[in-house]
Amino acid sequence: MAATRPNRLFRNLTAKIAAIPMILTALVVFVGGTVWTVTYSFTSSKLLPKTKFVGLDQYERLWNTPRWMVSIENLLIYGIFMMVLSLVLGFVLAALLDQKIRYENTFRTILLYPFALSFIVTGLVWQWLLNPDFGIQSVIQRLGWQSFDFDPLYNADIVIYGVLIAGLWQGSGLVMCLMLAGLRGIDQEIWKASRVDGIPAWKTYIFIIIPMMRPVFITTLVIIASGIVRLYDLIVAQTGGGPGIASDVPAKYVYDYMFQGQNLGQGFAASTMMLLAVLVIVVPWAYLEFGGKKRV
Amino acid sequence: MSEPATLSAAVVGSDAASGALSGPRGPKPRRRFSRRNVFIYGTLIVVALYYLLPLYVMIVTSLKGMPEIRLGNIFAPPVEVTFQPWVKAWSEACTGLNCDGLSRGFWNSVRITVPSVLLSIAIASVNGYALANWRFKGADAFFTILIFGAFIPYQVMLYPIVILLREMGIYGTLGGLVMVHSIFGMPILTLLFRNYFTSLPEELFKAARVDGAGFWQIYLQIMLPMSLPIFVVAMILQVTGIWNDFLFGVVYTKPDLYPMTVQLNNIVNSVQGVKEYNVNMAATLLTGLVPLVIYFVSGKLFVRGIAAGAVKG
Repeated sequence: MAATRPNRLFRNLTAKIAAIPMILTALVVFVGGTVWTVTYSFTSSKLLPKTKFVGLDQYERLWNTPRWMVSIENLLIYGIFMMVLSLVLGFVLAALLDQKIRYENTFRTILLYPFALSFIVTGLVWQWLLNPDFGIQSVIQRLGWQSFDFDPLYNADIVIYGVLIAGLWQGSGLVMCLMLAGLRGIDQEIWKASRVDGIPAWKTYIFIIIPMMRPVFITTLVIIASGIVRLYDLIVAQTGGGPGIASDVPAKYVYDYMFQGQNLGQGFAASTMMLLAVLVIVVPWAYLEFGGKKRV
Repeated sequence: MSEPATLSAAVVGSDAASGALSGPRGPKPRRRFSRRNVFIYGTLIVVALYYLLPLYVMIVTSLKGMPEIRLGNIFAPPVEVTFQPWVKAWSEACTGLNCDGLSRGFWNSVRITVPSVLLSIAIASVNGYALANWRFKGADAFFTILIFGAFIPYQVMLYPIVILLREMGIYGTLGGLVMVHSIFGMPILTLLFRNYFTSLPEELFKAARVDGAGFWQIYLQIMLPMSLPIFVVAMILQVTGIWNDFLFGVVYTKPDLYPMTVQLNNIVNSVQGVKEYNVNMAATLLTGLVPLVIYFVSGKLFVRGIAAGAVKG
């Protein structure tokens, strides 16, 4: 037995050597980096990381900072609306495209092209479209509706909805594409059966097709959600976090504290909270997807 | 009750219409302008116009002079077409003290994107190949960590990587950024390649093994030539992803190495000087041009790339 041991380690040696970048990335960057950040979130690091542990002080300060509360609130509003609206919009568009229509490819190409653009480009275009002096507001006012008031980017109360419009424009095409793939995976026999039974199409969608597409919906939700937590570039380009701090989000809070505010501890604590939010989303999903299979 | 009646009426009606023919065959032809079709196409056309609107406004604005922008509305086509804003955006627009336009950012982005794409695909394809055909003990554990890593917010790993790069002496350099892109491209690309290589017939691999081919020989002579499509998908995914990156560019490079997205943001959102909206829109279009061209040229492959990225195999 003892003689076979070294053999084992050297079996597939080339494959192991070739996988070194993957192993290093997984262990050093993903696990190591995460552990490092979480650990240092309990220290009083300012300009440089220090190992002076202060317990939960950073978190206490974090949750007492109005700016953090604003970012959380923004993320929640953006997140909930983004998830619901992009799912509804994506599914309805996919269902429309799935009616054996002509020019399906053209429509799909048009609906998906914003997804190829970066958030920076998206943010800048919508900044221009929502410009109060030249954009949509001024055009409609000039058409004669003088009291028309749609100025989200300069109104702290609704600025996050201005960002939401841009986010939806950029991201809903992807949801449409995933939904369309899901719809195409549905057995055509089901449609025939429901037609024979005289069930109207909308009822078939709601009571038969959507429950059947549950895995697609869940995967899509996880993808949308993990994108929402990362929301950063769009805010930087479209509003810069303004007016004031009204459109701040956690990712921007982290960046500003880490690289501009020279308050590393706060940045680490805030990013740990972001990680926690992602875990809350991903772990149940992974459990359902991978853990559930064993039981079936 | 009324069914037989309507049926016979329909039969009579069709008999009368078909005349000499033996009767209608095949499915009932759909009327082209039925209420259903008007609704479907109407909705789709309205939505498509909405999605196209920003692109249209970008193009139109970038072709106008500033006086025209101040007077007219943003949806109106340009009265006098001018390419001056494009020239200015490319070669004269200012970021801070530098006034050499977006061209610098463009070439930086090229210098970042090309090696990052090549390196990340090389690493990930070998990883995927090892995971699919040369499973070693613990391989799946590393792979699971890798996939979970794809969900960790980048903000969590930003600073540890700064330290890592600084220790390696490549913080703020092109090489550092290339490494970061390779690391963060790894989960999705490895998944893509692993699934593809797993779908290839195993007999091929076994036959080559029997013939005495080794790890690299099988990879280079059998797997590579067979998997060109997946390499193209991976390239599309990476080129657009890396070109569109903003966060890593801003964190891991210095101002003279800033990629195009960062420079674009600095040009448009700079607080000094008079805002030149036409130049801004030309610059925005220029930055979006590379991924847009890739998207419109690659078509279905792009869709396949994002679907592969999204739906696990």
